[in-house]
Amino acid sequence: MKLVTAIVQPSKLDDLKEALGRLGVLGMTVSEAQGYGRQKGHKEVYRGAEYSVDFIEKLRVEVLVEDSTVDKVVDGIVTATRTGKVGDGKVWVTAVESVVRVRTGDTGVEAL
Amino acid sequence: MNSGDTAWVLVSAALVLLMTPGLAFFYGGMVRSRGVLNMLMMSLGSIGVVGVLWVLFGYSAAFGTDIGSLGLLGNPAEFFGLSQVLGEDAVSGTIPTLAFAGFQAMFAILTVALISGAIADRARFGPWLLFAGLWATLVYFPVAHWVFAFDTKDEAGNVTAVGGWIANRLAAIDFAGGTAVHINAGAAALALVLVLGKRKGWPKEPGKPHNLPFVVLGAGLLWFGWFGFNSGSALAANATAAVVLVNTLVATSAAMLGWLLIERIRDGHATTLGAASGIVAGLVAITPACSSVTPLGAIAIGAITGAVCALAVSLKYRFGYDDSLDVVGVHLVGGLMGTLLVGLFASAAAPAGVAGLFYGGGLDQLWRQAVGAAAVLVYSFVLSLVIALVVKLVVGFRLSEQDEVEGIDETEHAETAYHFGDGRPSYRSPVRTDEVERRLEGSNA
Repeated sequence: MKLVTAIVQPSKLDDLKEALGRLGVLGMTVSEAQGYGRQKGHKEVYRGAEYSVDFIEKLRVEVLVEDSTVDKVVDGIVTATRTGKVGDGKVWVTAVESVVRVRTGDTGVEAL
Repeated sequence: MNSGDTAWVLVSAALVLLMTPGLAFFYGGMVRSRGVLNMLMMSLGSIGVVGVLWVLFGYSAAFGTDIGSLGLLGNPAEFFGLSQVLGEDAVSGTIPTLAFAGFQAMFAILTVALISGAIADRARFGPWLLFAGLWATLVYFPVAHWVFAFDTKDEAGNVTAVGGWIANRLAAIDFAGGTAVHINAGAAALALVLVLGKRKGWPKEPGKPHNLPFVVLGAGLLWFGWFGFNSGSALAANATAAVVLVNTLVATSAAMLGWLLIERIRDGHATTLGAASGIVAGLVAITPACSSVTPLGAIAIGAITGAVCALAVSLKYRFGYDDSLDVVGVHLVGGLMGTLLVGLFASAAAPAGVAGLFYGGGLDQLWRQAVGAAAVLVYSFVLSLVIALVVKLVVGFRLSEQDEVEGIDETEHAETAYHFGDGRPSYRSPVRTDEVERRLEGSNA
């Protein structure tokens, strides 16, 4: 099993959710996040004075998936959230040792 | 007494009072969230202090019988407490004297509140109230006398009671307070920031506005109230009031466009803060001029001032004074622009009946405007500097560095504006809820 973590633009959440739904992903965890990448943040101007805002609002989306579908899921997330502009985010995959569903005690793939 | 005129002035007085809470929102939205309550409180504090002083001796100092007929100050004891003017026979023109006194009280309150925008996040609240009271007494009341107290004349045109020197001897036009209100407050703001110094971290971390919708709400309330401020200054429900109302609308609209145009060219974007700021700059500029120009003249004054003020707010970075919310850039510069432009755009067709340079009047009115503006600027700046230094030396004016970092709302007022989550009960709380429950047990409550 793998954990797919995606940092995405908040405006892209609906597209992402729809894409994963089509791929049969049953759940996800979404949290608000702030951060920046290589380009840093952006500039705002108030009465002619520039303020640089380093930490930009993002969403962190986490999805647990079977090994066999992980490539499709990553591809689906990337396609759904890409705008082509700076700040589109990142997706990474990490190995997961075990998963337990709290309500039933199911483990492994059963717990997804 | 005329009931229509009286109704208009009473309503205008209420409109002008609303400007001060409006100003509180205008300023409050521009500071960081940890200082918004103090920003609101400095305006509310002005209402408290100046409202009381006005009734005690302020009205009398501004509009009482001139001491020594020099046009410098009214007799502060003459109408002490205002109980002398409660009767039906106490009239000022076509309205009750008390209606006029109440209307003018709101001007004094607003002028003091305007100053507070320059010293956001760093002035202790008690010393601010002390400054407000001293400044109203020593600066606003005399200057209001210079500008707003007109000579009383008998039917033959002979002066029976002498008024202020700027209004009568100099004959500078300041319909609703370009000099008395805006140059006055702007010069005081400059003096105050020089005494108090910069905020910690300025200009590197100036802190961006925490709530622009508040700023627009405040600007809207200011504009609404300003119709009473300017149009009510006609002191009658008449044609002058109507001209003034239209000029106040159109100059402000043009100023907003002027400010936005400069922003678009200089910064690439027309901003919300720019629109709200342009509105206030336009209101400031048309205040002295609203009875002496045509609506086209008002458009010119508004557009020019909106653009100039948009450029002027960056002066503080060039000269290194921390005028937090641009009281100098908007009120001092805007007030100077409006006051001086009367000398150029005044039209004999307007109610004031004076022609400026562009309307065939030559330079006569322009030098009168310049002398009036300079006199108020210098008097206000020097006196404000002295009062601020005295307050600083006697009781201390500035917040400690630690308190400034923690946030003025919490350290000065023991409050915070915004609550995220429920918070925890404090064990220092004087009344514990379990004690209250115990006390209520067995009672009938």
